[in-house]
This record gives sequence, C-alpha cells and structure tokens, in this order.
Amino acid sequence: MKIHEYQGKEIFRKYGLPTPRGFAAFNVDEAVAAANKLGGKVWVVKAQIHAGGRGKGGGVKVAKSVEEVRKLASSILGMQLKTHQTGPEGQKVRRLLVEEGADIKKELYVGMVVDRGTQKVVLMASSEGGMDIEEVAAKTPQKIHKVFIDPVQGLSDADADEVALAIGIPQESVAQGRAIFKGLYKCFDETDASLAEINPLIVTGKNQVVALDAKLNFDDNALFRHPDIVAMRDLDEEDPFEIEASKYELNYISLDGNIACMVNGAGLAMATMDTIKLFGGSPANFLDVGGSATAERVTAAFKIMLSNKKVKAILVNIFGGIMKCDTIAAGVVAAAREVKLSVPLVVRMKGTNEDLGKKILKDSGLPIISADNMADAAKKVVGAIQKKKPKPKPKPKKKAPVKKTKKAKKKK
Amino acid sequence: MSILIDKNTRVMTQGITGKTGMFHTQTGRAYANGKACYVAGVNPKKAGENFEGIPIFGTVKDAKAQTGANVSVIYVPPPFAASAIDEAVDADLDLVICITEGIPVRDMIRTKHRMKGKRTLLVGPNCPGVITPDQLKIGIMPGHIHKRGPIGVVSRSGTLTYEAVGQLTELGLGQSSCVGIGGDPVNGLKHIDVMKMFNDDPQTEAVIMVGEIGGSDEETAAQWVKTHMKKPVVGFIAGITAPPGKRMGHAGAIISGGKGTAQEKLAVMEECGIKVTRNPAEMGKTLKSVLKK
Repeated sequence: MKIHEYQGKEIFRKYGLPTPRGFAAFNVDEAVAAANKLGGKVWVVKAQIHAGGRGKGGGVKVAKSVEEVRKLASSILGMQLKTHQTGPEGQKVRRLLVEEGADIKKELYVGMVVDRGTQKVVLMASSEGGMDIEEVAAKTPQKIHKVFIDPVQGLSDADADEVALAIGIPQESVAQGRAIFKGLYKCFDETDASLAEINPLIVTGKNQVVALDAKLNFDDNALFRHPDIVAMRDLDEEDPFEIEASKYELNYISLDGNIACMVNGAGLAMATMDTIKLFGGSPANFLDVGGSATAERVTAAFKIMLSNKKVKAILVNIFGGIMKCDTIAAGVVAAAREVKLSVPLVVRMKGTNEDLGKKILKDSGLPIISADNMADAAKKVVGAIQKKKPKPKPKPKKKAPVKKTKKAKKKK
Repeated sequence: MSILIDKNTRVMTQGITGKTGMFHTQTGRAYANGKACYVAGVNPKKAGENFEGIPIFGTVKDAKAQTGANVSVIYVPPPFAASAIDEAVDADLDLVICITEGIPVRDMIRTKHRMKGKRTLLVGPNCPGVITPDQLKIGIMPGHIHKRGPIGVVSRSGTLTYEAVGQLTELGLGQSSCVGIGGDPVNGLKHIDVMKMFNDDPQTEAVIMVGEIGGSDEETAAQWVKTHMKKPVVGFIAGITAPPGKRMGHAGAIISGGKGTAQEKLAVMEECGIKVTRNPAEMGKTLKSVLKK
C-alpha cells in the first residue's frame, strides 16, 4: 500500500526525523491558510500523488508570496500530472502539501528496502540526491552505499556514521545523519514498510540535515496490524479496476493490450500473458482468480475484464488442481450469460475433471472456442481478433505468424 | 531415490484443525504411502483429540517425541505462521514445508535470522509443497498429474509447476521429486539449494527450473549450474510481459542493479548452459530435447 508524502512526513515526525513544517491542503483556500499559518517569505506548493517524478512533471513549485501560493495552488489542484511513473494519461491532483521553503546546500538520497539476496533490510544512501536513483544504480553503482541491517541488533552507530560520511554529510552534522538513519530503520521496521525513501535528504546552509521528501510503501500482508496506516489509504490514487477486483479477492493489474485473460495462479497468469505476446497479441490485464474461484468470483472477474473498453477477446486458462475444471466451466458459462458476452472467448482447461468441464462449455450453446494447450489458446485468441477486423492491416503484426509457421515446421 | 521426502518420511500437520489443513491432510493421506506417513497433527488448544484417527498434540516437540515425525507441513493462518515455523525449527525437525500465503515479510526476516545455525530446512512459505511421485505428497498439488520418473522440477509458482509436470507426464516423462519453493521474497530453500540436491540424487537425470520476475535467485542458481551441474537443466521464466514497478512478484529492482527482469534472467541462464524456452507450452518438449543427447 502507498501513502502520500504529507502522510509519510507525519509518520517520519513520530520517529524524530526532521522535516520542513507544512500542512496538507485539499482546496485553494486551505493552501492559502496553510501559507499564512507557516509565515515566512518562501513556500513550496507540492502536488500529492502517489507517483514519483512530480517535480519534473510541474507538480512542485516555489512561491514567494501568499498570492503566488494561491495562484500555484489553483493551477496545480485538478491538473493531470504526468510523470514517468503515471503513464501518458497522468494522475489528477486532488491534494497539496504547502511547506516552508528550505535552504538547500546539498541533496542526498536515502532508501530502505528488503534485500532478497541477504534476506535483510538494506539501507542505501547516495550523494546523488534528487535524481532517479535507479539511474544512479545503473550508471554509477559505486555512488550507492549499502548497509545490510541485522534484524536483531538493528542499525549500529558505527555503520550509520560511516554511511553519513560516505555520502557527504559534513562532519559536524554526522550525529544528525545517524539519528535520521536509525529513526528511518525503526520506522521501516515498526510500520512493516516495504519501501522507505527520502529523496532528497538535504543539508541546509546551516548544516541541518532535513528530510525534504517522504515516500513510504507498506507490506500488504502486514496491514492487519496497522489500522492507522490503512486509514491513510487514498482510493483516488488506485486503479478502479484493481480496487473492484480486490473486493472479490481477485489479483488484477491493468495492462495496455486488448486481450483480457483470467488464470488461476500468479505464475501461470504471467506465463499466459507471455504466451499471448509470443503469438503476436497483447494482454489487457493480469488476473489471478486464486485457488478457490466460485461462480460469483468468476462472474466478477468477467465484469471487471469487460469494463475495460479496449478488450477485444478473452482468454481463460485454468490448470485445475484442487480447483475442479467443471466448477470453473460452470462459472464461466454463468458469467458469459450474465454479462451477455459479445467478444470471442477462448477457454483452455487442464487437470481435474477436464472432460466434464469441456462438456459443460460445449453444452452451453455459447460460442466458446476450446483450446488444447496454452500455445493453442494464445493462437486462437489472437486469430479471433484478427478475424473480427473488417479491413485487416496486418503489417505490424506480420512478424508473429512467420514465427509460428517456423515453429510448427520445427516440431515436425 | 528422491529429494527431501520419500515413503519413510513421517509428517505432522501444523494447523490440522483448520479447513485447509484438514482437507490437504486428507488428500495427502489418500496419496500413495500417505496413510503410513501422516502421523500427527498440532494444535495447542486441541491436544489429546484426533483428526480422523491422526493424534493431535499441543506442541511440535510433543508430536515429534510421541510419533517420530521428522517433517512438518504448515497451514496455520498468516499472522501466526512464522511462529509456527520457529516452533518446528526449535524442535529440530529435518524439514518444514510452509504452505501459508500472506506472511508479513518482517516476520519472515526474523524467522530466517533465527534459523541460522539450525539444521532444519524450510520450503516456502507461499508454496504448493513437495511431492515425490508414487511415494508421498506434502502440499496442495494435485497428486494424479504426477508420475514417477527421472525429472526433477523446481519452481517458484504453483499452477505453473503443475503445468510443467502435466506436460512431462503427457510426454511419458516421470518426476523424481517436484519442489515448489514459493513466491515470497524472503523464503527457505532457493533454486540453487534444490538444484544441488537434484545433482546429488541418483534417480534424477535432468531438471526443469521454473522461475519468475524479481530478485536474482534464478541467476544465482544458473551460475552454480554452469560450473557444478552434471545433468542437463532446462528453464522458463514467467513475466516477460509484466510491467516494471507492478507487484507481480517483483520487488527491489534497484538493489540488484538492473537484475530481476525475465529477459535478464533468461540471458544469464542461457549463458550458463541452461536450455531455456520462451513458450511455456513447450517446457516438457524442451526437456525431452535435452534428454535425447
């Protein structure tokens, strides 16, 4: 789960991390009131969306008068903010953070994630703050300093100090850096975070170290013990399809293509998407119906898939283990009837009660295309779309059919 | 021969009185030598009772002492599952197979840390379990798709593993053991650990390694295969079409410096002499092609 920067800073303050003073604002008047309350001569108006890269996208601006705060707030609120993380359509800005301006001498980076290799939390810090850290990692990995944190001992003073010096925190401010790193780890650990990032962590003209940004993501599996964090969830920032899917315990992720797919199991769902692509199609979503799909959940899955208007065909791929194929087949038939299915539907079923399942599909009288294996299913669903097009312009898609025939020949 | 489990394994179910624990203890017991292998259940509140004749004990330690069970399978709900693993590790079992999905990562970090220096092996969590065909099934996989034979299967996924097994069985290729290591970022045995076991197992002649995006476990295993593996290995990685930054098993891309994509994994695996396929419908066929040599 993700939260906004201003919420992240509220949590940071509880752990003693220094942040600029600031207030959240949901409308222009609140933004102006926040500026007046803060006083001073310089303010920063920051768009609050869950995606990164807000500054580059024009969502973070400096104001030198309260009047300017008003102007900026009214232009940023409601804008479609486009960043490298939002996708081309951008994300609508509904909340602002108005902060006191900071005197930035140096911009640094601090982050924490779980390192899968060592199975520990890793502190990463770099002198290259304010930049895209993945770019720093790719181009100049030597500029990223890492400490793998012992889950029992926590982050030691010595390790914290070493990192502080390595990223260029001045000697007189090292104790501040140490307190920030240790506080950040305590915060990460106690809130069950999956990612914590301060980008940038700044050193001011007076050598104060301050968290100018706050990014916190949380482990969804641990939310049951953090009702206070769950209360910070902002549904406006989430994909409506994904929210709807989560109500039925369906694992759904929207993608750009036009072939919807419903699969049991995350690995098989990814493999199904890959197969669609391999045969020249493009998946519209990732959808794992889980291990205990009922007719109700299958129907919900169909509705969600079809509410994406880009969808031109559906592929259902089920490997029945504990879940029986006839149960799924009955669910698919019921769902297809209920939603009055109007796009081609290809179903591939394998495993427990496979024949019974296939019979249910056949006897339903619905125009369901049956497939023997994943490759066959992918070929059929891609073919079904191409057939539907009245004036086919197959030029960009030519590559795939050529591949297919090659492979078919090889087999024989 | 086989790896991890066989007909001489004695199993206890932690969480035997829950719906999932009951169901899969039943299916495990109904498979091959299951009747003799499933010997105990654990539930601190129901000690002294039994589940269809299987005695229930209050602790793992008691269950081990009374029945000689050396392996545990866990169906305990996520908030308590990590402590269930801790208990099994403290009781010095040979192997713990944790099926439970949804354990907080922080719990698993602590559990893994506690396991250091202990002899107990962990498979999972969030995995289908382990099966040695015609001998013993511990987990939630459908037993009937398996067939005894020379192919080792190791995978991070559930149904995708069944897919691979189904293809093998259809081609007449049986399996020595199939191990689902689970899809969580912090887990027990990794691909490399299972690969080493298959390498040492005389029954296993070739291995299918099924992976997915995220982390670098497949690369680590591939590097080991390059220098040590005496048997052919084929591989598939799910998630070529998965977008970056979306949680489909993907976490911490920054930490591995560009590692974690399916393309990267496939490239390293190929470099290390593993025959990979990009078509998951051809995992079985690909394996068959390396056997012919």
